[in-house]
Amino acid sequence: MQLFKCPFCGLRDQTEFTHVREADDMPALTGGQDAWYHYVYDRQNPRGTHAEWWHHHFGCRQMLLIRRDTLTHEVTSVTAARQLAGTT
Amino acid sequence: MNLQIDRLGSGGRIDRTKRLNFTFDGKAYVGYQGDTLASALLANGVRLVGRSFKYHRRRGVYSAGPEEPNALVQLRKGERTEPNTRATMIELFEGLVATSQNRWPSLAFDLQSINQWFASVIPAGFYYKTFMWPAKFWMLYEKVIRHAAGLGHAPKVKDPDHYAYEYAHCDVLVVGSGPAGLAAARKLAETGLQVVLADERAELGGSCLWTRHSIDGVAASDWAQSQIAALAERPNVRLLARSTVFGCYDHGLLTIAERVTDHLATPPSHLPRQRLIHLRTKKVILASGPIERPLVFADNDKPGVMLANALQIYIKQYATIPGRSVVVFTNNDSAYQAAFAAAEAGLKDVTMIDSRQSVSNLLTEECRQKGIVIRTDHVVVAVAGQAVTSATIQRKDGGGPTETIGCDVLAHSGGWTPTVHLYSQAGGKLHFDETLSSFVPQHQLPNMRVVGAASGCFAVDEAITQAQFVAQSIEREIKGLTLDTEQPSVDMHKGLYTDVLHTEPLWSITLGQAKGKRFVDIQDDVCVEDIELAHRENFRSVEHLKRYTTLGMGTDQGKTSNVNGLAIMAQLRGESMPGVGTTTFRPPYTPVALGLLAGDEVGKHLAPVRRSPVHHWHEAHGGVMATVGQWMRPKVYQQPNESFEQAWRRESLAVRHGVGLVDVGTLGKIDVQGPDALTFLQRVYCNNFANLGVNKVRYGLMLRTDGIALDDGTVARLSDDHYLLTTTTANAAKIQSEFEYLLQVAWPELKCHAVSVTEQFAQFALAGPKSREVLSALLPEADVSDVGLGHLGILQVTLDGIAVNVMRMSYSGERAYEIAIGAHYGLALWARILEVGAPFGITPYGTEAMGVLRIEKGHVAGSELDGRTTPADLGLAKLTRKDGEFMGAALLNRSALVDPSRPRLMGFVPVDGRTTIRAGSHLVATESEARMAVVPHKQGFISCSTPSPFLGYPIALGFVENGASRIGQELVAASPLSNEFVRVRIVHPVFVDPDNTRLKG
Repeated sequence: MQLFKCPFCGLRDQTEFTHVREADDMPALTGGQDAWYHYVYDRQNPRGTHAEWWHHHFGCRQMLLIRRDTLTHEVTSVTAARQLAGTT
Repeated sequence: MNLQIDRLGSGGRIDRTKRLNFTFDGKAYVGYQGDTLASALLANGVRLVGRSFKYHRRRGVYSAGPEEPNALVQLRKGERTEPNTRATMIELFEGLVATSQNRWPSLAFDLQSINQWFASVIPAGFYYKTFMWPAKFWMLYEKVIRHAAGLGHAPKVKDPDHYAYEYAHCDVLVVGSGPAGLAAARKLAETGLQVVLADERAELGGSCLWTRHSIDGVAASDWAQSQIAALAERPNVRLLARSTVFGCYDHGLLTIAERVTDHLATPPSHLPRQRLIHLRTKKVILASGPIERPLVFADNDKPGVMLANALQIYIKQYATIPGRSVVVFTNNDSAYQAAFAAAEAGLKDVTMIDSRQSVSNLLTEECRQKGIVIRTDHVVVAVAGQAVTSATIQRKDGGGPTETIGCDVLAHSGGWTPTVHLYSQAGGKLHFDETLSSFVPQHQLPNMRVVGAASGCFAVDEAITQAQFVAQSIEREIKGLTLDTEQPSVDMHKGLYTDVLHTEPLWSITLGQAKGKRFVDIQDDVCVEDIELAHRENFRSVEHLKRYTTLGMGTDQGKTSNVNGLAIMAQLRGESMPGVGTTTFRPPYTPVALGLLAGDEVGKHLAPVRRSPVHHWHEAHGGVMATVGQWMRPKVYQQPNESFEQAWRRESLAVRHGVGLVDVGTLGKIDVQGPDALTFLQRVYCNNFANLGVNKVRYGLMLRTDGIALDDGTVARLSDDHYLLTTTTANAAKIQSEFEYLLQVAWPELKCHAVSVTEQFAQFALAGPKSREVLSALLPEADVSDVGLGHLGILQVTLDGIAVNVMRMSYSGERAYEIAIGAHYGLALWARILEVGAPFGITPYGTEAMGVLRIEKGHVAGSELDGRTTPADLGLAKLTRKDGEFMGAALLNRSALVDPSRPRLMGFVPVDGRTTIRAGSHLVATESEARMAVVPHKQGFISCSTPSPFLGYPIALGFVENGASRIGQELVAASPLSNEFVRVRIVHPVFVDPDNTRLKG
């Protein structure tokens, strides 16, 4: 199981988190069928560094953007959504 | 009687003062403390221990370790019985009971050995080409195949033992306690770092326990004992014997299966049977040693044929001689140690068959001194006897005559394969070392270093030096003392180690008049011929080779077969070994009991149990409890002298005619607050809440991002910026998580919070024509008239000073109120409502009655929100906002989802007025059409069904094409699996009170 350093809770085991989705931007609700089709069904699924949303489900309930190598599982960064939005 | 005919009078690491009685196949034997089941059987002259998987050939003990492919026994009886346990790894204990597997009626006389007569038609992959016709006999074939397949049998009763989990941390894990592992651990122990040393055997020491070499001038076993004693004294060292490190995972996590009490007849109740240690470590030193490779020659699987190393171990460690007359067949130097051990044990008849042209002077001289005959440049081409009675040899190039040498043990060695599983699991790459003819680790990993024979270093003194050096660099890395100019040693294969084996590759013997089968994978009965077949049929990649032939797929996972198989395929392909590559190593390294992985999370502990505040009242009053997700809810309150069906019929009628009370606290509740709360709700629900006033509640429907209905519930507005949502029980957690994603990631600009309050409030529904009277009696000071609390209104009041919310809304279709209170007061409120409701005949009801009532009222629930239906399908199109600014709107407009002929929610009744319609039935025009092998047109399906106590006939809800315009039409609800075909009529989906007079009156 991987270890993730939650910015609020510290280094925690993967079992506390749920993987949400690839970190691409959600279209506006009126953004049209093509944009939503791409958001709902398409995935890049790269071999290498990947930006993903993980949810600290059994911890602080914060959404975390994790940059992680899909092959080696090396974690480059963990940033809270709140930090990205500047609302912390 | 102690008939250990093959036990040596002295020597070995067994304790002759501790006799142990055991049985094998019902026969009683005696062994000693320190024996394995395999060594004890050999000591008693038992040569036949099993029958092979496919051909049911006679098999004997083959190895002395976890790589054992033959001696698989059913250990113990009854509730503790375990199939496929390797006799070489079972520690003998008093009263041990073991039985051989895969034979009938007995090991000596196995009828299924008749398979060998059909060998030519059951090669690898035969089942892909047979059992095709006639198709209807497949059900018979399957029964026979199932019976014949597999080896042992699984227990059918509950496991009486318990298994523990442990979560541990350390600085360095050393895997393996042979010379390299002990040297590394000893060096690290002095640094003060936290060290764990794990070995899969009961006694630490690895090869020191049976090697003939000395270390530091003393016998290796004495050296090992002094290292172990020193380690045992250190508080920073944890020694784990009987512990297999079976998996290497991410970020320093390794799993260890500690067999705490497997070696005891009955585990004491205070100890677990086994312990699963999840160990997080900063660094790993892998000193896992090597496993010997077999040579591949005709009939190389007969009882008496075994690995050379095994012969040595049985003599040196277990003081047992598996035979009297020994032939050792080898392509490298190490097997001579087995021959020397045999001679030293008093065997006069020992012959070396060496495939190489020449042998070192040192070995030749020692053979001469010990009276061991050497035949160089020769190979074994045939083996005779039911168990081995002789070996036939010939010159390696096929020239010259054959000679037959009588023997009852044929030990062989084709070289050594480093045990690199954990290294590969950690992502390490392998390199084929031509000198060793083996795959070895290519380079060290930042957090895992391989030392000793596992890294290709077979000279013991070099291995110890290497291990000590690695331990020192690891200490510096952990303590942050590594200089920038220092690099951890990288490439490991460039002639760094002295070759002490002098292996000459000999992947298979192709000579010989004997038509004997040349086994590559002994456990799965895969022969050279099968690999050639796979090659001919173009299954040439190593991944296809494995799966087509099953090479390496047995419980031994190819420990003695993978490399030979690859090499033979490489030769067939005319390629080098690296060109062919290896299959992927995956955990576990050796089989792991499911009980160990489950730990304590069995039975009721498999998932958390969630109970409502009123749970014990339900149980105490006839509640028949069911789990809904993790929640426990009462299905009915079954009274004495009442059947389950009578209970829910009584309850549902009580709600329609009088008043009932149901516990609905398990539904999800989410508190949404903030200036942008309404904006948020408008985005997540597809219907309109902009005009929802304070103290008003409304039905809400949420869609998935793809436009499909996700969940329905209610939205209550408690104040300007404060809303309280309910969701279904099943989706509560999912929706809360979805809200967090939306508010934190997608729309962080919204000033809105959403918090789960499911467990904070108890909630009950009071429903029925008399519900207002009961409510009035409960809250005498509140105005609960239709003026004070109209349909879909909310009252926020107090009861005895405690805050209570009353929401007038209905799931049953009767006048109803949902009453919420802080969870701590839930039971008290429930009791109070029942008390004031008693004069009105108030009846508690459960989920069965609740289901009947909602179906009668045509309310959709999980069976309709099944992940395939849109709002229009559910008859809720008019609820959906036209502005399209809600989740799911964009994809809801896809042409297939707005097609007006899509199956639409309708009601269904049986034409005969009494046959129950099975939920899940398909809707088809006629019964004959429904019985066709391929039904030309399915018009829809039944989603839920119930007898209606109120109406007196069965009803159902379902979806049917063009449903709204087909009321009155008849079709057939077909369930071919249960052979039910019911004529039904399409009706309006609301069966009771379609004008809502009962509801709003």
